[in-house]
Amino acid sequence: MNSRKKILNAISRSKPELQQLPEIAIDAEYDYTVLAPQFLNILQTNGATAIWVEDIHTVKEDLQKDIANGKYTVNTIKALGKENEEVDISSNVVDLATVEIAYIWGTLGVAENGSIWLEESQMKNRLLPFICQYLVIVLDVKKIVANMHEAYKQISIEKGGYGVFLAGPSKTADIEQSLVIGAHGARSLKVYLLG
Amino acid sequence: MQNSIKDHAALSEIFNEDEKRVNWHDETLWFVRQKRDKAVQDVTEWEQLREYGSQIKNHTLSSLDDYLIEFEKRATANGMAIHWAADAKEHNEIIAEIIRKNHIKQVVKSKSMLTEECNLNSYLASLGIQVIDTDLGEYIVQLRKEHPSHIVLPAIHLKKEDVSDTFHQYLNTEKGNNNPQYLAEAARQQLRRKFISSELAITGVNFAVAETGGFVVCTNEGNADMGVHAARIHVACMGIEKIIPKAAHLGIFLRLLARSATGQPITVYSSHFHKPRPGQQMHVVIVDNGRTRQLGRPDFRNSLKCIRCAACFNTCPVYRKSGGHSYHNAVAGPLGAILNPNINMRGNADLPFASTLCGSCSNVCPVKIDIHEQLWKWRQVLTDEGYVTFGKKWGMKALSLVVSSPSIYRISGKMGRWIMRHFPSLLANKTVNPWYKQRDMPDAPGQSFRTWYLKNKK
Repeated sequence: MNSRKKILNAISRSKPELQQLPEIAIDAEYDYTVLAPQFLNILQTNGATAIWVEDIHTVKEDLQKDIANGKYTVNTIKALGKENEEVDISSNVVDLATVEIAYIWGTLGVAENGSIWLEESQMKNRLLPFICQYLVIVLDVKKIVANMHEAYKQISIEKGGYGVFLAGPSKTADIEQSLVIGAHGARSLKVYLLG
Repeated sequence: MQNSIKDHAALSEIFNEDEKRVNWHDETLWFVRQKRDKAVQDVTEWEQLREYGSQIKNHTLSSLDDYLIEFEKRATANGMAIHWAADAKEHNEIIAEIIRKNHIKQVVKSKSMLTEECNLNSYLASLGIQVIDTDLGEYIVQLRKEHPSHIVLPAIHLKKEDVSDTFHQYLNTEKGNNNPQYLAEAARQQLRRKFISSELAITGVNFAVAETGGFVVCTNEGNADMGVHAARIHVACMGIEKIIPKAAHLGIFLRLLARSATGQPITVYSSHFHKPRPGQQMHVVIVDNGRTRQLGRPDFRNSLKCIRCAACFNTCPVYRKSGGHSYHNAVAGPLGAILNPNINMRGNADLPFASTLCGSCSNVCPVKIDIHEQLWKWRQVLTDEGYVTFGKKWGMKALSLVVSSPSIYRISGKMGRWIMRHFPSLLANKTVNPWYKQRDMPDAPGQSFRTWYLKNKK
C-alpha cells in the first residue's frame, strides 16, 4: 500500500467524531479617517516610515529624486511615470540583486497590524520586494480595512499564484534578542498613503 | 535528533552550571511573554479568536482526510506536485530524490521544525548535499553544529559573544566585535550569495488551505521568500495537521500566531504560495511520522492543533530555567513534552515530568490545547507502561501513602523537622537530597501548621 493510502486510512480510523465548524462573526470599523491613523501608527511601530500625502505628485517627485541620485530604482507603478520594463516575472536573480529601490503599488492595508497585501501582478517579480535594498509602497487610503477578516473578504489569495502581507522592513532579534532592521529582505520600508 | 542518553534533569544540570546565563535566559523569555500579554490586551476579541481557532482545529482534525484530499486536488490543479511520506525516512528520501533528479548541489532552507524532527540536514549531508539554514538563529546554531533550542528563537541559549566568536571563526568578522547590527550584516552578505547561487529552496508550512490548494509561510527576516523566489525548485514540508479548511480562517490564525509568539501584531512577511512561477517547480511533502497515531489517542490528539507559536515555552518556568536542549528533541518546551512521547515513549519518558503542572501553558495557548492536563495524563500512561524509574515510582507510592493517612503525615512531618534541625548536613548532601541543588534549605519551622492552627483558630 502506498503512503498516501496508508496515511488517509490511518486518519479515517483515528479521527474523532465530526465537530462543527464555527460561524465567524467579528465586528469591524469601516471609517477610513479612523483606520488610516491607526494603520500609520502601527506601521511606524513595525519599523517603517509612513506618510499620508494628498496626491501622487509628492511620490512622483520623490521617485525622480531617487533616480537622480544615481541609485538603481525600479518603478512598477504606471501612475508614477515610466515603468522599468526590464523587471518582469522571469527576470534574472543576479540582475535583481543590484536593485537599490523598488516602488510597488499595494492592494490594501490592514489597520490592526500595519500589513499591506501585495499581489504578483503589482510586484512584477516575486523576488523584487525582498531583494531590493529599500522598498517603497504606495497605497490608496480608501483601501484600508480594519482587520485581517475584512482583508480576506476583499482579496483572492490564489489570484496570480503568489501574494504577501508585508508589514515592515525585514528584521531579526536572533542575536541576544537585540532588534536589527535589515535581516535578509529590504532594509527599509516607506509607505505613501494617498488621499 | 540528539541521541542523548541523559534525561531532562541531567541535561538541565549542565545548563544550570552558568547561573548568570540561566537568569538571563529566564528573564529574556519572560520579557517575550510580557510582550505577548501586551499585544493580546490590544485585541478586545482575543478570547473569541482563541475559541474560533480551537474550534476550527477541532473540526479540521475530525475531517482531516477529506481536507487533505481536497488540498491535494486543488494544489495539483495549481501546478504543485504533492508527495506523501509515512515517516521521517520517507520524507528525507523524497527530498533527496528531487535533489538528485535535478542535479542540485546546494540547498537553502528556511525554518522548518518538521525537517529538524526528520533530521533532514544530516541525511542530506551524508549524501554530499550541502544544506544552508537561512533563518539567522538557525544559521548561527548550524555553524556551531548545535540544534535550535527554541522553535521560534532558535539561538536563545546563546549570548552575542558566542555569536561573535562563531562568526569570527566562519565568516571572518572582527574578533570581539559583539555588535548585533554588525554581526547580522555579515550574515546578510554571506547568505545573499547563497540565496543567489542555490537552485533549490526548502521551507516549512505554517498553514495549508484546503479550499484554495495553497499554503502560507511566515517569517520576519524574509529568508523564506529570498530562497524560494531565487530558486528554480521550491520544496515545502508540512505535517498532516497543518491544513485549515478555508482562506477566511487565515484571518483567525494570523491574528493569533505572531501575537502569541513574539508580541508582534503580525510577522513582517506572511507569504501565500499557490502556483509556481513560469519555469519553477513547486513540491509539497505531506508527512505523518506518528501524527495519525497521536490522532488515535483521544487524550492526546488535541496536541495536533498546535500552530507552533511557542507561547507555552516562554511562559514555562521549567523551560525558562532548563533551556531547550534539555528536552533533547526538535520541539522542546511543554508542547514538545506532550508530542515527543508519542514518537518515542521510552526515549522521551522523562519529558512529561519536566513540568510543575502550573497550567500557564494552557492559559496562553492560542488554540486552547489542554497542555498541562496532557502532561499529567502522559505521566500516568508512562507509569502504567513501566517507563518511569524505580525511584520515582516508589517515591510516588510512598508519597501517596503519607498524604492519604493523616497520622502517617503528622509523624513524617515531625521526623522531617527533627532531621532538619539535627542533621542539616544530610539535607545539604545533593545525592540524598536533590532538592538542595541550586537551592538553600530553609530553617526548620518550630511547629507544624496544624499545631499552630489548633492553637490559634479562635
